[in-house]
Amino acid sequence: MNSVPADVRLPRPETVLSAHSIEEIEEWMSRFPDDQKQSAVLAALSIAQHQNQGWLSTELMDAVAAKLQMPPIAVYEVASFYSMFETRPVGRHCVAICTNISCMLMGSDTIVEHVQNKYGIRLGESTDDGRIYLKVEEECLAACCGGPMMQVDHVYHTRLTPAKVDEILDSLD
Amino acid sequence: MSDDTIQITVDGTPLTAKRGQMLIEVTDAAGIDVPRFCYHKKLSVAANCRMCLVEVEKAPKPLPACATPVMPDMVVRTASKLAREAQKGTMEFLLINHPLDCPICDQGGECELQDVAMGYGSSASQYTEGKRVVFDKYIGPLIATEMTRCIHCTRCVRFGEEIAGIRELGATGRGENVRIGTYIAKSVVSEVSGNVIDICPVGALTARPSRYTARAWELSQQPAVSPHDCVGSNVFVHMDGSTVNRVIPRENESINEVWIADRDRFSYQGLKSSDRLQVPLVRIDGKLQPADWSTALSMAADKLQDRDLGVLVAPSVTLEELYLSQKLGRALGSNNIDHRLGQSDFSAQDSAPPMPWLGMQLNDLESLDAALLIGSNIRKDQPIAALRLRKSALKGGAISFINPRHFPLHFEAAELIASRHDRMVSELYCVARAAGADLSAMGDIPGTEGDERHQRVAQSLKAGERAAVLLGNLAVQHPRYAQLHYLANALARVTGATLGMLPERGNTAGAWLAGALPHRAPGGKAAPAGEAGLTAAQMIASPLKSYLLVGAELEFDAANPAQAMDALAAAGSVVAISSYLCDSLSRHADVILPAATFTETFGTYVNATGHWQSSRGMTNPPGDARPAWKIFRVLAEQLQLEGFAYDSPEAITRELQALCRDVQLGNLTEFSTAPAYSEPREEAMLRAGETPIYATDPIVRRAPALQKSLDGAQAFASMAGAELHKLSLAEGDSVSVKQNGAEVRLPVKLNDDIPEGCVWIPAGLPETASLGELFGVIEVSRA
Ligand code: SF4
Ligand code: FES
Ligand code: FES
Repeated sequence: MNSVPADVRLPRPETVLSAHSIEEIEEWMSRFPDDQKQSAVLAALSIAQHQNQGWLSTELMDAVAAKLQMPPIAVYEVASFYSMFETRPVGRHCVAICTNISCMLMGSDTIVEHVQNKYGIRLGESTDDGRIYLKVEEECLAACCGGPMMQVDHVYHTRLTPAKVDEILDSLD
Repeated sequence: MSDDTIQITVDGTPLTAKRGQMLIEVTDAAGIDVPRFCYHKKLSVAANCRMCLVEVEKAPKPLPACATPVMPDMVVRTASKLAREAQKGTMEFLLINHPLDCPICDQGGECELQDVAMGYGSSASQYTEGKRVVFDKYIGPLIATEMTRCIHCTRCVRFGEEIAGIRELGATGRGENVRIGTYIAKSVVSEVSGNVIDICPVGALTARPSRYTARAWELSQQPAVSPHDCVGSNVFVHMDGSTVNRVIPRENESINEVWIADRDRFSYQGLKSSDRLQVPLVRIDGKLQPADWSTALSMAADKLQDRDLGVLVAPSVTLEELYLSQKLGRALGSNNIDHRLGQSDFSAQDSAPPMPWLGMQLNDLESLDAALLIGSNIRKDQPIAALRLRKSALKGGAISFINPRHFPLHFEAAELIASRHDRMVSELYCVARAAGADLSAMGDIPGTEGDERHQRVAQSLKAGERAAVLLGNLAVQHPRYAQLHYLANALARVTGATLGMLPERGNTAGAWLAGALPHRAPGGKAAPAGEAGLTAAQMIASPLKSYLLVGAELEFDAANPAQAMDALAAAGSVVAISSYLCDSLSRHADVILPAATFTETFGTYVNATGHWQSSRGMTNPPGDARPAWKIFRVLAEQLQLEGFAYDSPEAITRELQALCRDVQLGNLTEFSTAPAYSEPREEAMLRAGETPIYATDPIVRRAPALQKSLDGAQAFASMAGAELHKLSLAEGDSVSVKQNGAEVRLPVKLNDDIPEGCVWIPAGLPETASLGELFGVIEVSRA
């Protein structure tokens, strides 16, 4: 029931995913029983997204579906559900400023405004040069004691001030 | 009272329930109304809409009736203050994002949301904020979407996963942004996709072909039987005045449950095709011209007075028409009568049972431990039967196939033995031999030891308590059908499996009973006058003086269309009783008598289980077209034949019923002689094909929405990658294919489901109508 409908033509994974991605995905697949390979879908999507500088194209998701023998729609569901996956093109550096309650009390609004002005984009948008993507962070990132905070490409930065933010962001390639 | 039975009280009424049942099943059975959206008796419980909340004594809060198992002595109140408040609250939430567009919504008047809102909602909303909007994606020509109306009950998603076996719709996004759809714009491919229209409780999924044409309350409904396959699905025809507006399923648990195939649902569009015949046509000075009935009838009678007459009748017409066709032919002294237009090997026809049938009831297909389908694309040929078979596979039944290619399935098959069609006999031979069948009569054939696959299939059939060997459409059309039939028979005997046949078309089973055969009279008796007539293939191979065609479009129906066209061209006269003016008739017919068709006349269909089902005429045939039984009556009068003066079509049914009283259904048979085994062919390239799902009979061939769907557009030359490579072709190229002098150009499609040495070119399509045999030699070259 969970296999790919035979009418749906999917790309061969190796034509879309890099050898390195495939290797990593297979490593994840090996951790699950044979009939439950789809458990590796979250890891596989992260790997695919990483390969593509931060976002998942339909083609990549189809390749993951083919690799894990899942109906493509089931992969789209997962990718569109989790906020850590982007399903449209975004800038290559993901900047997520926490705006949840503790950070908000500690002045995250100022930080957001500063960054928005700095790049002339709003939350959810990317810079034209494809360098910065200002992600809308919906959830507390669990670093409340260091608020206001942000996550830049998987790295946490706490006790932010506009100057500190400039320093961090300017150092990105 | 068994242990399984418990007592509960609902709204003060004591009810008996079975342990494990959900509360809503019990209240439904008792006729107690509990509102619901996500619950559907044929789908798994999702319990996500919360509309069915009821009060259960001792439970601290209302519980969803669809997901609450009954407990002994449970006391339930479905309409108490607590229950009503909960239901009202849910209703209010559901309506927050639902647009108030009922006046322009096709579902209006038959909308579950509308009905339940009337019963359980408030008249005004407290919600003043903006509502969400969803932009639609095109999902094909059959289903129109308006996803802003969706309430996320996920019935459609569960239908795809659980019933159709193809997960195409899904819930993407999260929270307020959840939307149901295909995510990417793509046509859905399921052949039963239209059922989501019925199960969608709102107007999110509606029927595209009938959209914006009528209001539900303006339509009248009549029960009918779908004429398109041997399931005989029960339907309701909805009429807007005197035209058919749409077709929906009519529940019949033993036949189609609550589902129908898209072919059953959308074929009605073909009734209004522009090539419907409205007046009789006669050929004068080489040109077809309109004529009045009396001229046409006397001309027809004139042309038919010849013993060298062949009657070719389509297996999709009604039982009464099949019966009258053979009765007329025989009254004129000819036994050359056949409905097996697509068949090419008739050598074992004398060993055939009185009627090919499933060998079991349709619901038995759900609980098979093992089955071997031979030459069957059951998913497209008998979609509703395939849904049942799928249930066996899901329960662990070993369902295997021997086919001339792989077909996309909606379940996991145990073994898929796909080989070029000329090797199918030896594949089946291997299985029969592995099962221990005595095949000495056929000869001991070298190289047919088989491998583990054959062993496993044989083993599964032997081990299965409920096992079946089923012969499908492609087996019957196979050039070595006699051998396949013989081997299937031997295999069933030795394994104890049921031998079943999937009659090819809507009334194939009926045609056998009606005696629309050269060697059998009605009721399965031997042909009268002791002498068998010519088979369809013989009638076509050497042209007869005259032909009577009933509902047959030989360029699409004949096993060898090119040869059939030559035969018609060479014939002295061709008389047709038909609803449509197809190309072969406009070129070759001398007289065409316009007949009523589905919904326009009374007619009986015999399904795969031998069940006779009739539907009545409910609309008027166009113009001067008449029910065929009346045409036969006056034609017989002109010919001065006795026994055709029926006063109603039911009288014909009764006459045939009396003749069929002694028919014993049974497929297992004794072969007087074993058909000789024939070696696989030497040619490097062979054609194979099928009649695709939307090319099987005149009505569906003319249904535009079905034709536009993915299954409709099938005019390709499909080959495996290796074969394309050999011919230096790529997908999208065009090739020229040649068969006995006829040449056709077709686009190439890459399809690794096709065995090497084989090009898959379907029949039944205008693009391939000038070609020869479906399973035969062919030349392929770059165009
Ligand atoms: S489209 Fe209809 S059936 Fe599907 S989830 Fe929405 S409301 Fe339910
Ligand atoms: S609120 Fe920002 S990290 Fe918890
Ligand atoms: S019908 Fe029970 S929760 Fe939807």
